[in-house]
Formats: sequence, structure tokens, C-alpha cells
Amino acid sequence: MDAAQILLVVMWVGVTLYALLAGADFGGGVWDLLAGREHTNRRLIEHAIGPVWEANHVWLIFVLVVLWTGFPPVFASVMSTLYIPLTGAALGIIFRGSAFVFRKVSTEWWQRRLFGAAFAISSVLTPFFLGTVAGAIGSGRVPPGLAAGDLIGSWVNPSSMYGGVLAVGVCAYLAAVYLCDDAVRAGLDPEGFRRRAISTGLLVGLVALAGIGVLRLDAPGLFAGLTHRALPAVVASAVMGVASLGLLWARRYLLVRVTAVLAVTAVMWGWPLAQYPVMLPPSYTYAQAAAGPEVLLITLIVLGAGALLVLPSIGWLLLIQRRLPYDSG
Amino acid sequence: MLSPLALAAGPASPADLLAARMQMGLSLGWHIIIACLGVGMPGLLLFVEWRAVRTGDAEHMLLARRWAKAIGVLFAVGAVSGTILSFEMGLLWPGLMDVYGQVIGVPFAMEGIAFFIEAIFLGIYLYAWDRLPPRTHLLSGIPIAVAGVASAFFVVAANAWMNQPRGFDLENGRVTRVDPIAAMLNPATPPQTIHMIVAAFMVAGFGTAAVYAVGMLRGRRDRYHRLGFLIPFTLGAVLSPVQIVVGDYAAKFLAEYQPTKLAAAEALFHTRTHAPLSLGGIVRDDTLHYAVEVPSALSILVGFSPATLVQGLDRVPPADRPPVNPVHWGFDVMVAIGFFLLLMSAWLAFTWWRRRDLPSTPVFLWLAALAGVAAVVAVEAGWIVTEVGRQPWIAYGRMRTVEAVNPAPGLWAGFLIVVLVYLVLTVATLYVLRLMTRAVPVRPVAPQERA
Ligand code: HDD
Ligand code: HEM
Ligand code: HEM
Repeated sequence: MDAAQILLVVMWVGVTLYALLAGADFGGGVWDLLAGREHTNRRLIEHAIGPVWEANHVWLIFVLVVLWTGFPPVFASVMSTLYIPLTGAALGIIFRGSAFVFRKVSTEWWQRRLFGAAFAISSVLTPFFLGTVAGAIGSGRVPPGLAAGDLIGSWVNPSSMYGGVLAVGVCAYLAAVYLCDDAVRAGLDPEGFRRRAISTGLLVGLVALAGIGVLRLDAPGLFAGLTHRALPAVVASAVMGVASLGLLWARRYLLVRVTAVLAVTAVMWGWPLAQYPVMLPPSYTYAQAAAGPEVLLITLIVLGAGALLVLPSIGWLLLIQRRLPYDSG
Repeated sequence: MLSPLALAAGPASPADLLAARMQMGLSLGWHIIIACLGVGMPGLLLFVEWRAVRTGDAEHMLLARRWAKAIGVLFAVGAVSGTILSFEMGLLWPGLMDVYGQVIGVPFAMEGIAFFIEAIFLGIYLYAWDRLPPRTHLLSGIPIAVAGVASAFFVVAANAWMNQPRGFDLENGRVTRVDPIAAMLNPATPPQTIHMIVAAFMVAGFGTAAVYAVGMLRGRRDRYHRLGFLIPFTLGAVLSPVQIVVGDYAAKFLAEYQPTKLAAAEALFHTRTHAPLSLGGIVRDDTLHYAVEVPSALSILVGFSPATLVQGLDRVPPADRPPVNPVHWGFDVMVAIGFFLLLMSAWLAFTWWRRRDLPSTPVFLWLAALAGVAAVVAVEAGWIVTEVGRQPWIAYGRMRTVEAVNPAPGLWAGFLIVVLVYLVLTVATLYVLRLMTRAVPVRPVAPQERA
């Protein structure tokens, strides 16, 4: 593997962690929106997200920075062509983060409602916009060049809509799965989230299947990759998805956390596997985009040293979070 | 491949370029206020918590608890407003990032590590307060303070590179032989990073003190409010004289490396010896009107002698000059505030030396409340000098701002939406912070008790 390939893998690990961790935080917002009068659910969501969401969120910044350092033309092309959905995602991020903490410190009912609504709605919009971006890139609608793609058509198209809906669905599904386990540990009844996890799991599975048809028509290149080279990943994802449903049925909440994570991870890696070595389909490869060898090397060293600092710290945070008593806010 | 042609395309319209610049300025100007608090407040917080743990004093602990609560909110807002900036580097300036993203990427990657450390330990510090032994808890706060300063260093180093682009060769519009370390440690890095980090602590110090000054003006003169005022104000007071020395260093740096910016800051149109220091005034038709002039002062400041030759704006063609009025006013406002803050510090130092007490007149408290706002204004003014004074270059001497901007149409519509969002965010943040100062005070507890 050369330095560019290693950096590509590191970046994709970042994308995956962002999806698995921050994705579930967004999903928490989705369930917050749908929680209606079930305020215990809302409190549980707040409890689960509170200590970790900022750290989870940094994965996005990590990915952006690695992309613009390691593969600057890709960063420039994606950001300039897709500036409308990306501005939407950025604004969603602003509202989500600030409304979440604002609600936490508000005391009056109407304030909590207002901030809560902003938190919940932006938790749906942000993953949707990010999903449209994935669809745009995957379907080859972001050519290399500054704003060289269609400003609207690049992200308003079947693949992008599919990407957006799938992203929201995956976030909601992950959150529901994690929350089952959280509810048990908080001494609450997990049945509500179990029901939600099963129904979103079924729904996301159906959407994912239907999507294969969409991709076949709209993104034939990606479709070919997914049905050939990346087929093992797709199959693994499907198997894990079915297993997760079974485990939910059997109320094995800790195990289903693992299988759900594996199912999502498998799809996440299926995509780059399907189009490798191309970064911007149809033909712009990572090697064409990669920064100079000196930059790649120093970036890898910096990230390696950083990992030594960051990973043990994350471990400590997660340990503390799992041990926080439920009522400690 | 991306072609240099795409860069030459420039913005879709002049309105789009203007919108992109205003959007960047707005979001940076907003973020920097929160960022200053994020750099400086953890240090203050740890200081009061350390005193509380050592002495068992309940009022110090109450201060620590309340500052921690405020920091929890400020960090969240700082994180999201900073994320927008990372997006905007690409949404607004893809031309810069396309060519130079790899050159300035390394300090940003290091900043990313610092962000992780900040966010992780903040989660631990805030949520595990009652679960950790007091000493461990105190220790868990130290990485937050260190990472805050580190991230300020890294991001300002990236900005310094825009003032002194180094560490690469250009071939056919693409960079080669990149030396990211030389890019990060360019000549502008020492003056800018030191000046900015000191400024951040001044904003945190004077800003926090201002809240308690207002409280004391409303008659709450108990020990809690006095401590809340004195500790942060002292931090600001100690740094005020330092900052003037550092500012002078920054100006001397400009004289050597970016003479055009200094000429704009001083509205000096003609290269000359015995250059005067001009205070205030308005530039029209390439002349400064109505300014107060201190003869030869600029020459003396730059080279310790009235005979020093100072470069004027006439050294560069008009197309390469920054807009003079904002830069000149930005500079004067910053320097004026620098001296105002110095006077306030001297006043406190004097009465403390004579009577071990605050000045007794309410005028002092009024001015101290003003000092909190003034420190923020000084930072904004300083950044106007740095950023507007660099125009028309985005990377000084290497790339013009118009070459860097996103050529997509409609940026101005995005700008309008962003303005609206920031308006809402500002109102909501101020409202929530006010709510927090009003809420029934947390019950004072000794550190060994639980809240
Ligand atoms: C509390 C805030 C504060 C105060 C009191 C001062 N400054 Fe400042 N100044 C800043 C906050 C600041 C800043 C916002 O932090 C800047 C913007 C960019 C930077 O690196 O620092 C800055 C920039 C800046 C620059 C431009 C540097 C560049 O573009 O490379 C100069 C020449 C000065 N300052 C000079 C001074 C002088 C002579 C001061 C003396 C009174 C002074 N500043 C007080
Ligand atoms: C946080 C304090 C900062 C403030 C208040 C600030 C302010 C501004 C302003 C007012 C502009 C518009 C200038 C003009 O168009 O005339 C601008 C431009 C810009 N700034 Fe800064 N800036 C800050 C720090 C930074 C840093 C740390 C970076 C990057 C590392 C940066 C990158 C840029 C870029 C890329 C532009 C657009 C190009 C340009 O107009 O030159 N800024 N900033
Ligand atoms: C002089 C200018 C700047 C300083 C001193 C500064 C400092 C900081 C600090 C201390 C934080 C931690 C959060 C907080 O304190 O609230 C922060 C957050 C952030 N800043 Fe800035 N910043 C500056 C400009 C910028 C610029 C130009 C960018 C991007 C191009 C940026 C990107 C970010 C990001 C992404 C975060 C969020 C990190 C997180 O999630 O924890 N900042 N900044």
C-alpha cells in the first residue's frame, strides 16, 4: 500500500465512525421528534447523547481535513459543486448542536419545546443532505473541477434522494438499536425502542433493496461495482441485517448492537470497494487527486501520533458514559 | 485534472465575490468570540476549581460550577460554528483549497487532534464531576485548557501562512515539493499566534469580569461577586501591558514583511522618512483627511529613529492595494482599546497596592463592564486589519481572492440565509446565557459534597 492508499483507508475509517457514532446521535434526534408525549424516551435520548455527541461530531471535521489535505482537488470539486446541500447540512449542524445544549439548560416548557423542535428537525435534515451528497458522488455527478457539475441536478436526482432517505433511515435504526440497550441499563422498559428498531430495520432493509433498482437505472457504474467486486460486502450487510432483526426479536440487545454496527459498516465499505480506485466517478482516481508524498507522509505521522492520544481518551470517555447513573442528567 | 482555467473563471458575479467575503467575515467574526472564551475560560475555571479543592471554599466551588455550565454551552456553539468554517473553506474558497489545501492541511490536521482532546475531556469533565475524586476531576480539565491553546496556535498558523505563503514550489499552477512544516512555521506565525493567544485570554478575562461588574453595579457586592470579578479581571490586567509589547512586535513584523498592510493601517500613501502616526481621519481620493498626526512617530516605532524610511501605498499599483479606511480604522480602534485596557489595569493595580481593594467608585465598575465588550471589539478590529489588509490577496503575493472563490452562481442567496441563521443563533445564545446568569444560583457546596 502506498501512502495515499493508507490515508484513503484512514479517511474512510473516519467516515464510518462518523456514521456509526454521530449517525446514532442524529437518529436520537429523529426519535426525539417522534417521541410525542413519551418524555421518558426524550430524557433517555438526552442522557445517551449528552456526554459524547461533541466528540462524535469531531469525526466529521477529521474527515473534511484529511480530504482537503490528502486529496485537495476532490475536496474542492465536491464542496463547490454541491454547495447547496452542503450548506444545508452545515446549517443543520449549527441548529442541531446549539439547540441540543440550549434545551438542556432551559427551564420553561415553551423554551424546551422550541429548542427541542429545532434539535429534532435538524437531526433529520442533516443526514438527509449528507446522504444526497453521497448519492451525487456515487452516481458520477460531481466531475473534477470548480463547480463543474450541475448545481441542482447533481443532488436532486434518484440516487441522491435514495442516499438521503437511506442515511436518515440508517441513523434512526442505529439509534433505536443502541437505545434498547441504554434503556435496559437505565432500568427502563426497552419495548418501545425494540418495536421501533424492528420496524425501522424492516423499512431500511426494504429501502436498501429498492435502491438496487434505483442504482441500476441511475448509477450503472456503482451498481456494477456493488454486484461484482463489492458483492461480498453487500451480502455480509444483508446477512447482518437479518441477524439483527432476529436478535431484536430475541431481545439480545447487546449482541444486536454488534450486528447492526457490522451491517452498516459493510454497506459503508461496499461503496468505496465498488468504485476503487476511482474517487470521483466515472474516472477521476485517488492517485490523480493525491497530495504530494511529503504531505501524505507527515499527515500520516500526525494522525498516528494523534491516535495514540485520542483513542485511549475516547476509551475513558465511553467507560465513564456507560457508568453514569441514569438520573445524573 | 482541474485546470488553472477553472481558477481564472473567478466568481459568477461581483456580488457573489462580495457575498463570499462577507459570509467568511461574518462566520469567522462570530466564531472568534466563542473561540476566545474557549481558549481562555478553561484556564480560569481550573484555577478557581483548584483553589476550591485546596481550601474547601464553597464560593470558589460555586464559581467553578457555574463557569463550567457556561463553558458547556459555549463549547457546543463554538464547535458547530467552527464546523461551518471548515465547510466554508471549501464552499466559498475551493480555488484556494484545490491548489493549497495540501500545503496548509497539516496544521489543520493537528488542530483536529486538539479538537478531539477538547471534546472528549469536556465530556468527562462536565458529566463525571460527581463521579470522580476531586483531584482526578481537576486533572481531567487540564487537557481541555492545553488543547484550547494548541488549537488556537494551529489555526492561526494556517492563517499566518496566508500572510506569508511558504513551503512549496509552483509548476503549471500545481504545487510541488511541499514542506508542510516550513509552511506552518512561516515568518508570520510567531507574531500572529502569540498576539492571538494573549488576546484570547484577555477576552476571557475581561469578558467574564464584565458579567460580575454588572452584578456588582446592581448591588450584589457579596464575596462571590467580588471573586468572580477579581480573578478574571486580574488575568486581563496582567496581560494588557504584555499585549502592547506583542502588538508592537506584530507591527514591526508588518513593516518588514507586509509593508502594504502597515501602510494601509496607518493610511500612509507616500513612502517617506519622518513618517507620522495618524490617528483617525477619513481617506478620500488617496489622501487622509482630518487625522491627528504625531510627527515622525511611525518612523520611530518601526525603526527607533525618525530617519527610518517607511513604505507607503505608492509602492504597489492601485490594483494591489487593500481598502484603506477599514484597515486604518480597525488598527486605530484596536490600539486605542489596548491603551484603555492598560489604563483600567493600572487603576486596579494602584488601588490594590494602596488599599487592597477595588476602586470604590461605580465609574470603575461601569468601565470594567465596558472593558469586556472592548476586548471583543479589539479582537474583531485586529482581524479586520489582518484580513482586509491582506486584500486583494488570499495568499499574499500568490493567489488573489477572486481566483479562489467558488465560481458557482447564487452565493449571495446563500449569504442571506447564513445571515439569518447567525441572527437567530446570536439571539438564542445571548438569551440562553442570560437565562443561566438569572437562574437560581446553584447551592454552594463544598468540593467534597455532591451538587
Ligand atoms: C485584546 C485584543 C487586542 C489588543 C488589545 C491589541 N490587539 Fe492587535 N490584534 C489582535 C488583538 C488585539 C488580534 C485580533 O488578535 C489580531 C488579529 C490577527 C492576529 O494575529 O491578532 C491583531 C492583529 C494586529 C496586527 C496585524 C498583524 C498581522 O496582520 O500580521 C497588528 C500590527 C497589531 N495587532 C498591533 C497591535 C498594537 C500595536 C496593539 C497595541 C495597543 C494591539 N495590537 C492591541
Ligand atoms: C477568527 C478570526 C478571524 C476573523 C475575524 C477573520 C475575518 C475575516 C474577514 C473580515 C474576511 C473578509 C476580508 C475581505 O474580504 O476583505 C476574511 C477572509 C478570509 N479569512 Fe479570515 N478571519 C479570521 C481568521 C482566519 C483564519 C484563522 C483563517 C484560516 C486559517 C482565515 C481564512 C480566511 C479566508 C480563506 C478568507 C477569504 C479570502 C479573503 O477574503 O482574503 N481567517 N476573514
Ligand atoms: C483565530 C481563529 C480561531 C481560533 C482561535 C479558534 C479556536 C477554536 C477553539 C478553541 C475551538 C474549541 C471550541 C470552543 O472553544 O468553543 C474551536 C472550535 C472549532 N474551530 Fe475554531 N478557531 C479559529 C478559527 C477557526 C477557523 C478559521 C476554522 C476553520 C477553517 C475553525 C474551525 C473550528 C472547528 C471545526 C471547531 C469545532 C471543533 C469541535 O468540534 O470541538 N476555527 N476553535
